Formats: sequence, structure tokens, C-alpha cells
Amino acid sequence: MDFSALSPVSLIVSLMVAATPILLAAIGELVVEKSGVLNLGVEGMMIIGAICGFIVAVETGSPWLGFLAAMAGGAAISFIFAVLTQYMLTNQVATGLALTLFGLGFAALLGHSYAGIKPPKFGSLDIPFISDIPVIGPLLFSHDYMIYISLMIIAGVWYFLTRTRGGLVLRAAGENHDAAHALGYKVIRIRIMAILFGGAMAGLGGAYLSLVRVPQWTEGMTAGAGWIALALVVFASWKPWRIILGAYLFGGITVLQLNLQAAGANIPVAYLSMAPYLVTIIVLVIMSSDKKRASLNAPACLGRIFHASS
Amino acid sequence: MFKLERRPTPSNAMVILTPVLAVVLTMIAGGILFAILGKNPFEAIRIIFWDPLFNEVVASYTRPQLLIKAAPLITIALGLSFGYRANIWNIGAEGQFIMGAVAGGAVGLAFYPTESVLIFPLMVLAGAVGGFLWAMIPAFLKIKFNANEILVSLMLVYVAINFLGAMVTGPLRSPVGMNFPVSRNFNEYASAYNGELIANTGLHMGVFVTLAVVIVSYILLKQHIFGFQVRTAGQSPRAAKFSGVNPNVTIAICLGISGGLAGMAGLFEVTGPAGKLSTNFPLGYGFTAIIVAFLGRLNPIGILFAGLLMALTYIGGELAQFQLSVPAASVQVFQGMLLFFMLAVEILVNFRIRFKKKEVA
Repeated sequence: MDFSALSPVSLIVSLMVAATPILLAAIGELVVEKSGVLNLGVEGMMIIGAICGFIVAVETGSPWLGFLAAMAGGAAISFIFAVLTQYMLTNQVATGLALTLFGLGFAALLGHSYAGIKPPKFGSLDIPFISDIPVIGPLLFSHDYMIYISLMIIAGVWYFLTRTRGGLVLRAAGENHDAAHALGYKVIRIRIMAILFGGAMAGLGGAYLSLVRVPQWTEGMTAGAGWIALALVVFASWKPWRIILGAYLFGGITVLQLNLQAAGANIPVAYLSMAPYLVTIIVLVIMSSDKKRASLNAPACLGRIFHASS
Repeated sequence: MFKLERRPTPSNAMVILTPVLAVVLTMIAGGILFAILGKNPFEAIRIIFWDPLFNEVVASYTRPQLLIKAAPLITIALGLSFGYRANIWNIGAEGQFIMGAVAGGAVGLAFYPTESVLIFPLMVLAGAVGGFLWAMIPAFLKIKFNANEILVSLMLVYVAINFLGAMVTGPLRSPVGMNFPVSRNFNEYASAYNGELIANTGLHMGVFVTLAVVIVSYILLKQHIFGFQVRTAGQSPRAAKFSGVNPNVTIAICLGISGGLAGMAGLFEVTGPAGKLSTNFPLGYGFTAIIVAFLGRLNPIGILFAGLLMALTYIGGELAQFQLSVPAASVQVFQGMLLFFMLAVEILVNFRIRFKKKEVA
């Protein structure tokens, strides 16, 4: 077995790339759950974002327009979920599942003539001299732009949720929707906006997969990333900063197992490919095992249907 | 604007009418989709819903397929319906389906080439146990560590897919398969082959088991205390607790039933219609069964019809793919839409829509 190819710096750089799609999807879902809605359709919204972003980037030649289209696509499909759960009062678990099944099919339909195409290249930060400093340069100053943007989004969500009035209102809707309604806040409108934000972020994460990480379009390419993002929200105990920790931890495991595969480790590839999913389960178990703490952090109205009787 | 008004009691007429309404709405939306794809929508709908049953040219081939495709969907959906009633969300039936096929298939292949009538029943048992044990993982983690069963059962689908890959490239690889990642063919091994019992009908052993499961589920749900407990646990967990229902036992039983049935369906599939274990074996039945369960309103008889309808969309979808060259994914879109519409019209059961003029609050 040959470990010499595994330099720590390039490992860290590639783990950040591996982590960014789920980081984006998870921060979106965090906001959705904070507003009291459980959207299990992350996988579906991600894959719709992946194909929308891919198509627009290929057709226009601009990855930036691709990312915008991915956000629009993710938000658009999440709007179906929003209407069904908020106005038609459907079960959120079932509707989220429907969104995932529908999204996977719809994305495959949209993308069936886009397989095997290379998308336009997405740029990376390149500051003269600074980006070339050994170790620090590649670690801090030469990632692609979306990695910096994703970290800014985390900071932005943290600021919004904990430091602004809007964030307080959103959390109120998630903790006690009847009280929020009685105070005159539009619970349904708040939740719809949160769902649309979640959809846009999942779409962005999906497009990062198809435009930067892979970069290519294949059917079902999200391969459970949306579900891992859902687990990440639990792992982070609904706290924005911890999403970074969880996503990078997860990215590290993915990259490590891929490198072990490449280095020809003496374990069949199939067993190594299980690692990310097994680790997700283990992490989920550890984070949920303390029932009191888990219920303290979870929004109290998570997944409950709100229907104003008056 | 309109307003939703809660009905004093759920409407019985709507319980029957809503699935029909959902199918009609899906046909309309599906027709629009096909029109956008540049196909004649009426022809497409006819090919999907009519031709597999009544077209003289293809029906002799497609009619048997109906039972072959519907049987696993119905079996899995019946298992899932108990849990869904009790708010226990096993969405990893696909993984349990795969593990059942692997476990049962492995038992059969271990006996190769011994011939005995006992081998097949043993394989069915092993399949059910394989699926059952795979479902016990989320059950145990939920009971012991409060881990969310939705996420755990789904993660285990990906683990199962990889495990299947490891098996067919490793211990279960066919010695005569030219090194392809496939197991031995079960149709070349009489004791382990789940063939048609009556030629050209699609009736294999699994279809009969499915029918039995429908009947048992119906009795269990309507006549047995277990059905009552499951329904109470779903509608009011606190009331269920006070009436002496142990939630942990409910979790274990619901996940266990769904896992065992999915595993058994996997075994019937791999030894019959699929014919061998391979990396192409997972077809997504475990996920489609979720749609079947909801379309059948979690009711055993409803699930029977929903499974047949869903099988029809599979077969009709293949025909449409063949004759109109629509992409394979359009069937999946169709099924996804069906679930959306089914969930949306569900509101008519408990609510009445009242139209009204906008008034000053």
C-alpha cells in the first residue's frame, strides 16, 4: 500500500470540496427546521439544483449563472412542498419523501441528454504571491469561490438567527406556532420563506456537486448526500457553526476512503464505500442518545402541522 | 378566497374518492408533461394505462408482468403501512429487500447442487430473516439511543447496495460467470428456482404469498388488538401509552414486520423474475412501495389495488419508452406526481372547502 500520495494539505483541500455540497444543503435545512418544518426532500431539491445548474452553466458557459439557476430550481421545487404542507396540511414526512422521489425522476428527465458533457470550469481565488505561499496558500487562499461563499452563508445564517429580529420571529414560529400566531406573526408566510431558502441552498449544494466536485452530470449523482445533510442538522444540534464541523468531518471521511481506494488498500472497494453512511449512523446515534439534550435543541414544533382555527 | 373548514367526522365518500381523484389529476398532469415532451398526450396515456392490459399485440406478454411487478410492491407496502400508521417511518425497505435477497440467495447457493424440496422454503425463511435483521438495526438504535429511524434506515440502503456489490464480486460470485459481478443463475438450479406455477400467467410463489399477506394484514388491522394499538400509537401516542401499549415494542414489531416482508419479497424477486444476484438487482421497489402504501391509504385492500396500478405504470412506462421513445425517468416523474396528488387531495377527507368573499378581519 502506498501512502506517499496522501499529502495532508491536498487532503484538507479536497475534504473541503467534498464537504461543501452537504454543508450548503444542511445550512438550508437548518433554517427550515428552525421554523418548525421538517423537509425530507433535501435529496430531491439537491438533484434538481444539480441538473438546473448544469444545464444553464453548459448552455450559457457561465458557472455563476448555473449556480443562480440551481438556487432558482431548488427553490421552485421546494415551493411544491411549501404549498402542500402549509396550505393543504399534508404530512411533512410523506410530502418530503414525495419531493425526493419526484425530484430524482424529474432531474433524470431534464438531464437525459446532458450525460457525459464537461461543464465550464469554475474559477478559484488567486491572489498573486499570497496564493502561492506553501501550505497557507493552498489551505486558505486558493479555494474555488463557492467554498468562501458557503462559509459566508453559514456566518450570515448564524447572524440572522441569533442577532436579528427576523431570526427571532422565525425561531418563535418553530418553537410555538400557536403563540407566534397569537402575537400576529404570519406563521405560514414565515415557514414558506424558510422552505424556499432551504430549497435554494440545497439547489446550490447540488450544483456544486455537478459543476465543481464531480464535475459532470449523472443520474442519481447525489447518492444520499441530501440525507446526510439531514443527519448533519441533528449532528449540529441546530447550531449553524457546528454544521461546518460536521460537514468537514464527513468530508474528511469521504476523502480518506476515496484515497484508500486509490492507494489500493487491501479492503474491497464496496466496504470502503460504505464508510460515509456508517459514520453518519454512528454520529447520529451518539448525538441522539442523550434524550434530554436532543429535545432541548430541537425546535419544539418541528414537523407539526399548523392550521389557524380562527 | 377559500377557507378550509374541518369536518365533524372524516368523510367516508372521500376516503374512496380521493385515490381516484389523485389518479385522474396525475393523468392530466402527466398528459401535459408528455405534451411538453412533444408526444401526443392521449396516445401516451393510452399506452401506459390501457395497452398493457388490453392491446392484442402486447397484452399476452405484459399481462403476466403485472402480477410479477405488483407482488413485491404490495408485499413491501403492506409491511410499511403498519409502521406508517404508528408514525414509525421505515423508508429503508429497499435495503431490507436487498438484504433479504442476499441472505436467502446465499442460503440457496450454499446447497448447490443438492436438490431437495426443503431448500426453497429454507431460502424464503432466510430471506425474511435477512430483511428482518436489517430492519432491526434502526429499531434497536431508535429504542436504545433515540436515533431517527428515517435517517438510519435510509443510510442502510446505501450500505446494503455496497454489501450486495461486495458479495457478487466476492463470495457469491458465480464460478461460471466469466468473472462478471453476478451470482449463479437460479433458473439453472431447480430447487432454488421460483418459476411460474402456471405457464404465462406470471403466477409465482411470491404472488400467492402476497395474497396471503393481504388477507392476514386485513385481519390484523381490523380485527386484532395489534391493529388497534398501531392506530392508537399513531393518532395519540400518550393515549396509547396509558392504555398499556409499550412504544418500544410497537417500534420493534412495526420495523420487524416491514423488514421481514421486504426481505421475503427480495428473495422471491431474485430467485424468479430477476434470476440472479447482481449489482443491477436493486430496482427501487422499496421506494416505490412507499408510494403504493400511501396511494392505498395504508389500507390492505387499498394497497392491493394501488400496487396493481403502480405495476401498470411500470409496464406501461416501458411500453411508452419503447413506442414513443420517452425517457425512462418519465415513469418515475409520473409516480412522484401521483404521490403528490394523493397527499394533496387527502385534505378533502378531513376538511371541507368553503368559498367566500374576502372579508375584513
